[in-house]
Amino acid sequence: MASSPIMSGAISPTLPAHWRDFVALTKPRVMTLVVFTGLCGLLAAPGHIHPVLAFTAILCIALGAGAAATLNQWYEKDIDGLMKRTANRPLPAGRMDPQSALHFGVGLSVFSVLLMGIATNWLAAGVLAVSILFYVFIYTIWLKPRTAQNIVIGGAAGAFPPVIGWAAVTGDISALPVALFMLIFFWTPPHFWALALFVKTDYAAAGIPMLPVVSGEVATRRQIWFYTAIMAAAAMAPVLLGLTGPVYGTTALLGTALFAFFAFQVFRRRESDPSLMGPERRLFKYSILYLFLLFGAVVVDRWLMA
Amino acid sequence: MTPEEDRQIRARQKSRALVTGVLLAALVVLFYAITIVKIGGGN
Repeated sequence: MASSPIMSGAISPTLPAHWRDFVALTKPRVMTLVVFTGLCGLLAAPGHIHPVLAFTAILCIALGAGAAATLNQWYEKDIDGLMKRTANRPLPAGRMDPQSALHFGVGLSVFSVLLMGIATNWLAAGVLAVSILFYVFIYTIWLKPRTAQNIVIGGAAGAFPPVIGWAAVTGDISALPVALFMLIFFWTPPHFWALALFVKTDYAAAGIPMLPVVSGEVATRRQIWFYTAIMAAAAMAPVLLGLTGPVYGTTALLGTALFAFFAFQVFRRRESDPSLMGPERRLFKYSILYLFLLFGAVVVDRWLMA
Repeated sequence: MTPEEDRQIRARQKSRALVTGVLLAALVVLFYAITIVKIGGGN
């Protein structure tokens, strides 16, 4: 029996997309780190925020991140279809029409920003709006298809959540949220390029100028090491500026030393077979744990200092 | 359109309507809670 569009999962003119595919567009797994760093920014901020408003602020950060991810997938639907890792997403797999995704993404963006403004303050809402616009227009549309340094500047989009969380409580932006922004900003290149090293073939197939594709693996390994050094300085800045205490200081020192050790291993290696890239995978996995640990330590320290 | 396709479309519409309803109900509760906090000066 020949499969109908419905049976094969492809789009049919009359079959509405499944609600689970709308959820998939928001990349819930990627959202975890965004929500966590936003929550830490909120918890580390001085002052009081009602739990209902705190919940709403974190919800808005999550919805904003989901909206940005949706618009990213709407714009990159053709590219995603060329990569094994992304070919089964709702748009390239044909389970949803692009217009539904666009409407969903724009609607979610506007809703998250307005709700943030109403529930907390318009500075937090403004920074949330900037982070969505930055991710969609600066990263996705402008930088990503044009330069191998795309994620260096584009990584700023993912660095906004602690600033938004902080601003939701205080209504301003001071030195610590800026320091946390810088930490995520300089953490992103080694984190992402470690991933790009062992999924290089995918990016090459889609023609995306990721650093390993354009400049080669040796240059990528050197850049990972270079940005790890800057990230280490950013990680220690809150301690040196007296913004955090010994819990963060100790965690940052030990955590960054281990990060640097893993990054140095990656820097020294010349392996090009993705199946043999154990240290590269280890750096990628550890980089996620590293950010969780440091942000958790910031909150603990701020509470102890208070 | 075959009966099987029609059945699948109805099922898809029903599940979407159900999820939309649950989300709207959750938003009603959230906006109510935000309003109460704002009126009470809890922010």
